[in-house]
Amino acid sequence: MIEIINIELYKIFKKWRTYIGFFAIAVLIPVIQIAMLIEGGKSINFMTRSLQQSFVFVGNLLNAYLVSYLILNALAVHIPFLVALVTGDLLAGEATAGTYRLLITRPVSRMKLVTSKFFAGIIYTTLLVLWLSILSLGLGIIIFGVGELIVLKPTTVIIFARSDVLWRFLLAYGFAILSMSVVASLAFLFSSLVENAIGPIITTMAVIIVFFIVSAIEIDIFQTIRPYLFTNYILSWRLFFDDPIDVSEILKSVAVLFGHIIVFYGLTAYIFKRKDILT
Amino acid sequence: MPDKIIEVKNLSKQFKEVRAVDNLSLNVFRGDVFGFLGPNGAGKSTTIRMLLSLITPTEGEISIFGLSLKQKRNDILRKVGAIVEKPDFYGYLSAYKNLEILGKLSGINPSREKIIEILELVGLEKRAKSKVKTYSHGMKQRLGIAQALLHNPDLVILDEPTTGLDPQGMKEIRELILKLSKEKDKTIFLSSHILSEVELIANRMIIINKGTTQAEGYVDDLLNADELKVTFKLGDTGRALNLVSESRWMSKLELQIEDRFVFKLSPEEIPELNRYLVQNDITVNAVIPTRSLEEYFLKLTEKEA
Repeated sequence: MIEIINIELYKIFKKWRTYIGFFAIAVLIPVIQIAMLIEGGKSINFMTRSLQQSFVFVGNLLNAYLVSYLILNALAVHIPFLVALVTGDLLAGEATAGTYRLLITRPVSRMKLVTSKFFAGIIYTTLLVLWLSILSLGLGIIIFGVGELIVLKPTTVIIFARSDVLWRFLLAYGFAILSMSVVASLAFLFSSLVENAIGPIITTMAVIIVFFIVSAIEIDIFQTIRPYLFTNYILSWRLFFDDPIDVSEILKSVAVLFGHIIVFYGLTAYIFKRKDILT
Repeated sequence: MPDKIIEVKNLSKQFKEVRAVDNLSLNVFRGDVFGFLGPNGAGKSTTIRMLLSLITPTEGEISIFGLSLKQKRNDILRKVGAIVEKPDFYGYLSAYKNLEILGKLSGINPSREKIIEILELVGLEKRAKSKVKTYSHGMKQRLGIAQALLHNPDLVILDEPTTGLDPQGMKEIRELILKLSKEKDKTIFLSSHILSEVELIANRMIIINKGTTQAEGYVDDLLNADELKVTFKLGDTGRALNLVSESRWMSKLELQIEDRFVFKLSPEEIPELNRYLVQNDITVNAVIPTRSLEEYFLKLTEKEA
């Protein structure tokens, strides 16, 4: 199994499309950071406007932690696209290229093949989020330095001491890996259904966007189905920036996301095992 | 009785409205070069895909090396090499890397020497490091044969292996197939639309049409190789016809159209008739053997149509 995962990873990292995600993040993050360096002071003034009458803010509020926190919020839609770009191609790409015939005539069970591809997709997703975290935090620390993190919630403002932030980010990025793995699993599922990689990418993004819209609209019927949409839990990494942290809510989100991954992977394996290879 | 390498019993495949293969049975024995013939849409590729577990049969059983394909798929495929339809590879990888990956997936860890040796066999060693997307169709076809042989399989399933090759390439592949059969003791299952190819290489064959068996057996038996149809193209047609009609060759004459005289002859009778005509001052412009398999094939498939 490990050998097949290695082969799948080798194939993934020999395709130029794999590097689009890494390249896009490498461009996007510094652009956001430079923009924040230029305009960030105004943004912080705007964010803390209502508080400035009662409190005096001292120290480095525009720091790597704040910028990374804002970037993580802003990339909820962008990163899924970059994830689906590769994971949506994992099975459909073999169909398009006609290489299913090479793969499936080998003495390796279909279950092993699909599982290896799935894990390779999850490893890619993990590396992509790690790349995001390295650039976001690492480059951020070089540009802005560290400081206290100010987090504005709808009804409260939380200021975390600089020594109390890094572990929260590490857990948040870990959670982001889990969230993006759901997206990877969904794109992988769609990839098993079609013979063209464009379809799974577009369909995955369509599902995510529709689910986000449904989650955002304050209509009773939408609010009823909201807890069942995985997008409702994708941004639960924010829970690590609460004080105190609601562990049960985090565990619930983790369970829901894991459940989605298992269901999406299970469906993919079932479809792939029964699939007639006609390409 | 030699070992049965492939045994297919009452195999069928239904695709929604279309029954691509219908109650097909066949046997391939150890050492056979087994020709698998049929017109387009006859169900050849569907059958091959079922033999390789790319498609699940709707009904029927497939045994290879005496094992059920359904139950012992991996054990079977470890000893099978195949080309299925057009040869597709990972175009963004080199031929060498493609073979290395496919070798590993086949359960071997091919050494550099082994990969180069197999590439030499198909004449691609100088392009080993080139990306496959830069290959011509003929080169991909050769690489297809290389990947099929890489893990030294006992059974080689070749679906149209000479498609896209130039005449020299086709000849080389034919010779390679015969060599694999005779010297390496491989069993070959060969699907081809080039009838002369099957006639030259195969010892046993099956002809299918609309998913069902039309004929199966030894090529010599099916073609009745004791008698060949031979067309003699003769000068001075009137005198030639008189000469033939007054001789014992009249009973062998099947058809005469203008200067073409079609005889049904044994292989020994061909030079004998030629000598007779020349000795009687009839100019023999050409002696053209009719492709016996082609005729047999058309007879079977047209009857069905």
